[in-house]
Amino acid sequence: MTFSPELEARFEKFLTKYPPERKRSAMIPMLIYAQDEVGSMTDELIAEVAKRVGVTPLQVNEVLTYYSMLHRKPMGKYHVQVCTNISCLLVGGEELWRNACKKLGIGHKEVTADGQVSLEEVECMGACSWAPAVQVNYDFYHDVTPEQLDKLIDGLAAGKTPAEIHGVERVNP
Amino acid sequence: MLYNEPSPLEVKILTRRFGLPNSQSIDTYLATDGYKAFEKAIGMSQDDIINEVKASGLRGRGGAGFPTGMKWSFVPRNSPKPKYIMVNADESEPGTCKDRLLMEYDPHQLIEGILIAGLAVGSQQGYIYIRGEYRYLIEVMDRAIDEAYARGYLGDNILGRGVRFHLATHSGAGAYECGEESALLESFEGKRGNPRIRPPFPAVAGAYQCPTVLNNVETYCAIPPIILQGGAYFAGLGTPKNGGTRLFCLSGHINKPGVYELPMGFNLMRMINEVGGGMKGGKKLKAVIPGGSSCPVLKADECDLAMDFDTLAAAKSMLGSGGVVVMDEDTCMVKALLRIMRFYAHESCGWCIPCREGTTWLRKLLTRFHEGMGQASDIVLIGDLGKNMLGRTFCPLGDAAALPTISIVEKFRDEFEAHLNGEPCPYENRSRLVAA
Ligand SMILES: Cc1cc2nc3c(=O)[nH]c(=O)nc-3n(C[C@H](O)[C@H](O)[C@H](O)COP(=O)(O)O)c2cc1C
Ligand code: SF4
Ligand code: FES
Repeated sequence: MTFSPELEARFEKFLTKYPPERKRSAMIPMLIYAQDEVGSMTDELIAEVAKRVGVTPLQVNEVLTYYSMLHRKPMGKYHVQVCTNISCLLVGGEELWRNACKKLGIGHKEVTADGQVSLEEVECMGACSWAPAVQVNYDFYHDVTPEQLDKLIDGLAAGKTPAEIHGVERVNP
Repeated sequence: MLYNEPSPLEVKILTRRFGLPNSQSIDTYLATDGYKAFEKAIGMSQDDIINEVKASGLRGRGGAGFPTGMKWSFVPRNSPKPKYIMVNADESEPGTCKDRLLMEYDPHQLIEGILIAGLAVGSQQGYIYIRGEYRYLIEVMDRAIDEAYARGYLGDNILGRGVRFHLATHSGAGAYECGEESALLESFEGKRGNPRIRPPFPAVAGAYQCPTVLNNVETYCAIPPIILQGGAYFAGLGTPKNGGTRLFCLSGHINKPGVYELPMGFNLMRMINEVGGGMKGGKKLKAVIPGGSSCPVLKADECDLAMDFDTLAAAKSMLGSGGVVVMDEDTCMVKALLRIMRFYAHESCGWCIPCREGTTWLRKLLTRFHEGMGQASDIVLIGDLGKNMLGRTFCPLGDAAALPTISIVEKFRDEFEAHLNGEPCPYENRSRLVAA
């Protein structure tokens, strides 16, 4: 299986981080970065990572089912994650989540028919003091209002990139 | 840009560079005493460093509050194995969002703390285990690590002083349990995040079964100020046996939620009213989770106390991870507990039965109960399930689920009773199904 040159360079760096006889440590970081490029944990990807870290595909599969960010089915191009855990719950996280589902006509870990947007109700993402919080792929959105989430979802569903949607800006640099 | 305005009541030690222009860069860091503590520590003996940390009264900021200097002293000196410094940047205790800022605004402070820990125990290799969701912080830390290598603060012969230390980030992939130290080490080795039996503790058999110092991000960040200004200075900022300041994450029904650095022992009511700007909408306070969702809740009339490990323990709660969640009079405590339990049931690693089954049954019972389909006997059952889990699980996640359960059933029994006899939740306009 071939990856982009950037990912290959990253993998090479990963393998130098750990003692040579401990290549297996690179497995989870490899899986998550590869998923970003490939879209999901395909059989091919699993076999490839297994080979590179010196374990069997079964061993990789056994590990990946444990981690909530690794998935066998592709998510949308924009994976919208709404936190409803305690700090977010208290200030409207659940309402955000319900509106998002209604708006897109999809539920937890489901993808719109065109593959643009997927939704996930997630656990605390470390933004509790700026709740309610949403993540789109790896970007954070703080103090999200229902109107802002509507705008964000409408824009993403219409094929815009997050940067093209105004009035709701990611906070991480 | 800072995510919240600082408070004038803050004592800014670990956060003093927050808000400086380019606070991430090594130039800003070096211009503000950066890496001076490390240079000082190169000239100190291992015992001197550890004794300074002991004198500071620093206790682990990850949750349990174990004295850091003592933890470091458990690392065997003459083991032939390599030793590792492991940083717990898995930050996933609900209510907690401070390690994020420490890495985002001052990544070199963390690196310097790690370097000093390396000197203290004779380690030459460190790893920062960062939760997968914090991808941008992995990039921030990678850039800072590259800068430190380029300027000679990491490498085979650091500053030409014959010190060797290498450091790398490591991405997690979504699992609360991987914040538990032994599960983190399993995950680091490329396995499922199931915890290990302890003892042996990581200090003796950690990463790759080698001696390992494992601390929280904030714990390492406190080390440079301690070495530079002295353990006694740091200790003096807090209360006896609770040295220094800590980053409190205020969230919930208050006017100015945010992360604030306050002295250990800062009064909780003052934290809510003066730092946090008081209750939102002038509502009345009902309850506070003082240190992340694993802690027993405090009722409003129990909140006039000093926020340090020992005072909270005496109040039968915990200081935990610094996540202070404030709930007003309109909060449904059954609903709050239900949401917390959905979290623990989801995050239970399934390794031991009391936790796997207990959290799942509690989630089911609480879902039914909150919908108005509960029975009076369920109230006792919920409390009993919690009590039977407590102390009987393989790792402390089971306790983390049991403690809020027991405290909420005990302290808010009337709210459970108000949900009985088919009554819809009195705090909601309409009953609705909560995904269970
Ligand atoms: C279920 C569970 C989750 C935990 N999550 C974290 C975490 O996200 N970050 C953290 O620093 N410590 C976490 N801890 C505590 C660690 O096990 C460990 O005690 C801590 O990292 C030690 O560092 P310290 O002494 O500096 O606090 C968790 C503990 C448990 C039982
Ligand atoms: S208490 Fe048991 S099932 Fe729960 S997380 Fe720990 S080991 Fe896993
Ligand atoms: S509870 Fe939602 S980010 Fe922490």
